[in-house]
Amino acid sequence: MSAVEIKNVGRVFPARRGGEPTVALTPVSLDIAQNEFVTILGPSGCGKSTLLRIVGGLDDPSTGEVLVNGIRVVGPGSDRGMVFQSYTLFPWLTVAENIAFGLREKGMPKSARDGVVQDYVRKVGLNGFEHHWPRQLSGGMQQRVAIARALANDPAILLMDEPFGALDNQTRGLMQELLLDIWQSERKTVLFVTHDIEEAIFLASRCLAMSARPGRIKADVPIALPYPRDYHLKADPTFVDLKMRMTEEIRGEATLVA
Amino acid sequence: MTTIRRGRYLRPLQPLPGAAKLAFGFLFFALFVAAWGAATFGGFVSPLFLASPLRMVQEGWSLLTEYNFSYDIAVTIWRVVGGFVLAAIIAVPLGIAMGAWKVVEALLEPFVSFARYLPASAFIPLLILWAGIGETQKLLVIFIGSVFQIILMVAFTVGQTRRDLVEAAYTLGASDLGIVKRVLIPASAPQIAETLRLVLGWAWTYVIVAELIGSSSGIGHMIVDSQAMLNTGQIIFGIIVIGIIGLVSDFLFKAANRRLFPWSLA
Repeated sequence: MSAVEIKNVGRVFPARRGGEPTVALTPVSLDIAQNEFVTILGPSGCGKSTLLRIVGGLDDPSTGEVLVNGIRVVGPGSDRGMVFQSYTLFPWLTVAENIAFGLREKGMPKSARDGVVQDYVRKVGLNGFEHHWPRQLSGGMQQRVAIARALANDPAILLMDEPFGALDNQTRGLMQELLLDIWQSERKTVLFVTHDIEEAIFLASRCLAMSARPGRIKADVPIALPYPRDYHLKADPTFVDLKMRMTEEIRGEATLVA
Repeated sequence: MTTIRRGRYLRPLQPLPGAAKLAFGFLFFALFVAAWGAATFGGFVSPLFLASPLRMVQEGWSLLTEYNFSYDIAVTIWRVVGGFVLAAIIAVPLGIAMGAWKVVEALLEPFVSFARYLPASAFIPLLILWAGIGETQKLLVIFIGSVFQIILMVAFTVGQTRRDLVEAAYTLGASDLGIVKRVLIPASAPQIAETLRLVLGWAWTYVIVAELIGSSSGIGHMIVDSQAMLNTGQIIFGIIVIGIIGLVSDFLFKAANRRLFPWSLA
């Protein structure tokens, strides 16, 4: 069974003050297999985040429906963990309490929570920072906590909305490798939105290119590069070819909105 | 303080060193007392209308030692705190409900906005009719003056909670009630405490007004008594005592907030 089935999902934002309604997403159909790492690549405003939010249950589609492991999405839920571009750690909770947020909501007893929290603190390399407040962490560290917080809930799918978009280039590269490590050990299905072509190819087992507004899927490219991957891959000829190809796909779209 | 760059104090938004900040704070108090002293000791103002700083201190001393003024101070503090706590107990939960649920907001917001403009002091005659001139009436004046303000300010704070934090909590499996309890309330708590600090300041204005009319104790009552005897020294002493209590309570509130919400410090 597919992990995610997106059936004819479209989104139209209603007209405001006599204007035209905005078609953010022309109906899209898409099947995502278990354990796939799918990146959605597209220019700003192409509706890629809207699509991700609909899968996450934070926005409702105007047409169509989304099935996650065969169950229709009607709202947000802990089966779909989400990491946002903005820093969304709860500032009043420590790193450990942030990671435990979903577990507490599920009613898991504290002793059991502590074990899970320790496990994920270690996986994202934040040992020693358990009792720090979010404001004491760098942007990269905050996003690592956000990833740990989403994964601690053991979701079937991880939805990521440009999670590294606000980070500097070096940090972003390190975070990409960290994420791939975690993905390989946890075997999650990942849906990752980005406008960074290199990032989209480096992470993905499958890369989707979207057209400019109104968004639709323009290319569906399997990325057959072997895992585990590290930064050396970015200089590999196959990688460079793929990057060129995706650049061509996106370039025409970007000029439409630039 | 060895090398001070020129123009440091004139540069916009440039923070001051702690010692300089304190010094400037005191400087203005000193200037104020100096101007007051010059006006009174210099004979520019008749002692009948304005007592000198020295006279004020003497009057204050006699109030405390001979007229048991500390009792009046205690009564006034009790009234302010009592009325204010009553208002907060009712207003904070209502404000949170209004901020969290738009249906509660739609129901209450228009009325509360209207009631907020009703001056608490205008209720005094009515409250005397209803509750007499006892403590209940004093508490009610402060209650009416504070409760609507707190409701609206708390509702606004809660309504301003970052939407991305709410969305993040939903994707972590939070229920609707969980959002209120574990996101809206903790996110708003520091600003709610700040609201309470502000409104407590306003409550001091209402208590004195309440004590000016039909009262046999309290700082306001002393001020009216002193007016009858043209004792401006005592009046000014009473006013200054209120200012000092306000300053102290502000300081305590801020210290408590720092302790309660260490995560919100910049």
